[in-house]
Amino acid sequence: MTDLLAIETPTGAADAVAGVRITPVDAVGLEQRAAALCTRSIKTSSKAAALDLAIRVMDLTTLEGADTPERVEALCTRARHPDAVDWSVPSVAAVCVYPELVPVAAEALAHSAVAVASVAGGFPAGLAPLEARLAEVAWAVAAGADEVDIVLNRSAFLSGRYQKAYDEIAGAKQACGSAHLKVILETGELGSYDQIRRASMLAMVAGADFIKTSTGKIGTSATPAVALCMAEAIRDMAEQTGRSVGLKLAGGIRTAKQAWHYLVIVGETLGPGWLTPERFRLGASSLLNDVLMQRAKLRDGRYQRREDYSVD
Amino acid sequence: MSDRLAVNKTYKQFIGGAFERSESGRSYPVVGAEDQLLAHAVQGSRKDVRDAVAAARSAQEGWAGRTAYNRGQILYRVAEVMESRRDEFCAEVLRAGEGCTEADASEETAAAIDRWVWYAGWADKFATVLGGANPVAGPYFNLSVPEPVGVVGMVAPDEPPLLPLVSRLAPVIVSGNTAVVLASERCPLAAVTLAETLALSDVPSGVVNILTGHQDELVPPLAGHVAVDSLDLTGCDAELAAEAARQAAATITRVVSASPAERQWAVEAAQSPYLIDAFCETKTVWHPKGR
Repeated sequence: MTDLLAIETPTGAADAVAGVRITPVDAVGLEQRAAALCTRSIKTSSKAAALDLAIRVMDLTTLEGADTPERVEALCTRARHPDAVDWSVPSVAAVCVYPELVPVAAEALAHSAVAVASVAGGFPAGLAPLEARLAEVAWAVAAGADEVDIVLNRSAFLSGRYQKAYDEIAGAKQACGSAHLKVILETGELGSYDQIRRASMLAMVAGADFIKTSTGKIGTSATPAVALCMAEAIRDMAEQTGRSVGLKLAGGIRTAKQAWHYLVIVGETLGPGWLTPERFRLGASSLLNDVLMQRAKLRDGRYQRREDYSVD
Repeated sequence: MSDRLAVNKTYKQFIGGAFERSESGRSYPVVGAEDQLLAHAVQGSRKDVRDAVAAARSAQEGWAGRTAYNRGQILYRVAEVMESRRDEFCAEVLRAGEGCTEADASEETAAAIDRWVWYAGWADKFATVLGGANPVAGPYFNLSVPEPVGVVGMVAPDEPPLLPLVSRLAPVIVSGNTAVVLASERCPLAAVTLAETLALSDVPSGVVNILTGHQDELVPPLAGHVAVDSLDLTGCDAELAAEAARQAAATITRVVSASPAERQWAVEAAQSPYLIDAFCETKTVWHPKGR
């Protein structure tokens, strides 16, 4: 644990978290590679497979103050059968809601393969008192959440109090019990790719089962370069410790095309072993409709109309 | 002082208020009446059709939500901006048309500009003429109001290149529809120049989208697109029009084509409020009468 302090040195050479090395990021190379991967053309049967995979790894999300139990129930119905008239469409990976709505989602998704995910830990800022945050995590799990999405304490991380940020995640992991822990880094607030990689490493060694880009509550969210940066951190982690951590991309993913770009980035960086719901997720609310529209286009040969798809 | 290098215009497509090359990166040569190369136009693809329909769809509500008076102002503004580029339009019409004289070109351009003015005037009047209060057997106001159908896919007639396009386009957008236009395959250049004037005329982005390319490649995806509400197949040959109508039927898309009388582009019959009606849906409202 002493080398946690090593992270506080500003240069890459001595940078480490709990024995895991953190190498500096070549920002220009990273963005260029991410952009190159996003030009990959995916057609016909590959496209069909990519669309179905995008649905299977999707965390269908609703995180609004106006969420009602009825709305969550409707979302859960969609999660099980995304297309009401075409049951060949696979169900999504999970439904992601606020803790208070976890019991509703858990009941609606009982006896289905769809998991219940809950944000917790003072989402989206993560600055509620630590006891309250941990209690919220434990409450969500007790209420039926299979997965818990907490936020990194950016206040602690950005001011260099890495030990505190680490301890909080480790605490949340403990409070989670058997539920999966996803740690949201809120990359848009971290400032640089080096910081994103550092935060990724910190969250992973602290016990995260998944690292996640964004809350979706600020303007800047998942971008191809950020996805690649985090995927590389996960690859580093796997190489150094043998531990496989999952990646969840969220925020601003609205089109099927974006979705398969991310599949390409993850597939090329981490290999096909990561292209499963166990290790990769796309958090989105409006993405599903676009994927369904593309799927219908492949099936019928007609471009679809947004109005024909459900609003929520 | 040496001769200047020619600075030639790149004729691009007009999608969502931006001038874009095709997603496919292709182009095709456009030749004039004397087989001279005039320019290379963009050879659009079905994905350009998709993008254009998406742009038209998202612009439609806002355009229909403008006041009729404001739409009239904007159509008049199109005429003003065209007038200021009259020479360019004349030159393009002249080069494209077989046996076209300078006088013909000038006349066609003037008629096209006047057609915008004519339809601009109808913006706040057609609803009164085409709709109205219906007498009903009960204590109700019963009002019929023409409303725009939504997104209209249009295949522009081939020749001459400007007046027929304007004659079909103006009545479509005046009521609040948005349009995806496939320009004439043989003479698309005037259509692109028209797009440039539309871009400067306060016509909101996406209200008119102009694609260039091969009809047999672009018409089927346009006709089959679920988000297209009406089709004007005036510029289609019979075989392609039949195929397009089949595609349209599957999604209950209204199909319209210019009558022989309407194809006399230069005469009065080519402009009519009933052309506006062809791209409208009548909404009827019942309202109880008070005492």
